Amino acid sequence: MGDVFSFQMPESITDSKPEKVVCGPGLRRNGDEVLVCKSGILRHKQPNLYWIDSQQRRYVPGKGESVIGIITAKSGDIFKVDVGGSEQASLSYLAFEGATKRNRPNVQVGDLVYSQFIIANKDMEPELVCIDSCGRANGMGVFGAGGLLFKVSLGLVRRLLAPQSEIAKDLEKMFPFEIVVGMNGRVWVKSKTIQQTLIVANLLESCENMTAQQRQTLFRRVADGSI
Amino acid sequence: MRDTPLSNCERDFLLKAIQEKKRLDGRQTYDYRSIKISFGTDYGCCFVDLGKTRIMAQVSCELITPKENRPNEGLIFFNIELSPMASPAFEMGRQSELLVKLNRQLERCLRNSKCIDTESLCVVSGEKVWQIRVDVHLLNHDGNLMDAASIAAIAALCHFRRPDVGIQGEEVTVYSTEERDPIPLSIYHMPICVSFSFFQQGTYLLVDPCEREERVMDGLLMIAMNKHREICSIQSSGGIMLLKDQVLRCSKIASVKVSEITELINKALENDKKARKTGGKFGFAESLPQERITALKTDVSHVEMSDVKEKANEIVQRAEVPPQTVPSPVLTAPGTGQVGEGLENSWGLKEEEEEEEEDETVELKMELEEGHEEKGRGNYLPKFCFPWVSETDSPGPRSVCAVFYGHSLQDSTE
Repeated sequence: MGDVFSFQMPESITDSKPEKVVCGPGLRRNGDEVLVCKSGILRHKQPNLYWIDSQQRRYVPGKGESVIGIITAKSGDIFKVDVGGSEQASLSYLAFEGATKRNRPNVQVGDLVYSQFIIANKDMEPELVCIDSCGRANGMGVFGAGGLLFKVSLGLVRRLLAPQSEIAKDLEKMFPFEIVVGMNGRVWVKSKTIQQTLIVANLLESCENMTAQQRQTLFRRVADGSI
Repeated sequence: MRDTPLSNCERDFLLKAIQEKKRLDGRQTYDYRSIKISFGTDYGCCFVDLGKTRIMAQVSCELITPKENRPNEGLIFFNIELSPMASPAFEMGRQSELLVKLNRQLERCLRNSKCIDTESLCVVSGEKVWQIRVDVHLLNHDGNLMDAASIAAIAALCHFRRPDVGIQGEEVTVYSTEERDPIPLSIYHMPICVSFSFFQQGTYLLVDPCEREERVMDGLLMIAMNKHREICSIQSSGGIMLLKDQVLRCSKIASVKVSEITELINKALENDKKARKTGGKFGFAESLPQERITALKTDVSHVEMSDVKEKANEIVQRAEVPPQTVPSPVLTAPGTGQVGEGLENSWGLKEEEEEEEEDETVELKMELEEGHEEKGRGNYLPKFCFPWVSETDSPGPRSVCAVFYGHSLQDSTE
């Protein structure tokens, strides 16, 4: 286990003392103390949210997370999907929009699917679906012809998916491209030419350890010298 | 555990990119990844980094009785091991096809080419000869294991020193390293393997395939050569048909690459020799600060040391004096008393004190200081913990490692 520390409320906030502190990933409660169980930078979001920003590459399935999976097998009524975790997840063929027993979805082994976990805990086999609770696809399903799939750390994926993501904004200024980001660290990119796709993929992989300034200088250099 | 399967879109993209002569990391068709060779503290220990592929070779020797049909020749034994840490597809103890193939190729490349003078390994003809054993361990698999294994093996053999032996009449004395300097093996030439991968039935060719390129390739051609342009072994796998001029072209490319790599190995050996002679730091531990958790580069950033001292003093001044624990009789119940340590738990008091001290520091600064104390010499700290931590400024020569840069996108950003 890691360091134990306690919080000191800054003097400015005296009126609204939050009653509960929300511990995000990397923090664990142990009675009155808060223990750090992952190494990384402590981040804080007003009013009461704390979490550890860590550099982990191994994915552990969590309920409700949207991931990119690779179909590895078709057995009976379900597909076996590799999501990068310790176990393969199962995806029923009826969990696609407009799929019925007669109308099977067109999914082959080796395809990429963007789907959500409905069951993901340590006691059961994880299960995926490609529809939301209303039965609509909502962007999920099979995709991926013509793009490139690569793997990054989970921290970078979370930074990309954050609502005001600076990395995403910087990337948008470069050239148009399509991107699908899975919470399991897998990212799919497609652009007009293969060279541009490769550039975006390499830029994303190198964003991991850079500060914002270094990243912006790098993007500017690439944009200036781009094809 | 199973390896991540290759999706259809990745395969299509890779093949299309190869048709347009583009590689994933921005290299050209004939470019090698950056090769880094470093040696350990013992003689005969060598680490080779070929991009992200990492291999370690260790050479050792012992005296044994020779073979009956060759009484005055020493023996060389090669052994490659695929460690499970290299790839989730490798399992300990299982003899996979890849392992057998690599072992056979390394043996053919190094033993059949007679690069080592085995007769010089003889001590007493017919009775005692040296057996040189080369153990190659794969630490990380990112493609092109054969090349990296051959570079590691030959560099380790060149680096190795065996104990000196003195013969006086019938008596044979083996001197330890302290008594007499160990002597190097006599090596005639350095055979190095170069791998070529073929795609689309031999239409497209790539040198030094990385792991993803290896998965989509049709066939592999491996040429083992030395810098004198002598071919030591050729192996073609995958069952593709190659034309005569294709093979000739590959051998020409291989000769260029082999001379570059041989120069690299020689430079690394020289640097290591210099470092050992001047008493500078050498060995694997010294090359550690160069290692990064991720293979991508990060710039040097300096720790803001200007006000660390003041902070420490402030904290010390602000901290309260710990209360003196005076042993006094404790009356737990009427009629009973207790003096000294025992049932009464005095730990609770000390915990409150520590918490008070910690409260006075801001969280981030506290992390910085703790990290600073733990750092000690400041040699190695995980970069993701403290991105503002400085690179080490170890005084020892870093020239133990020699680096060879190919063309790549990452390099152009430095």
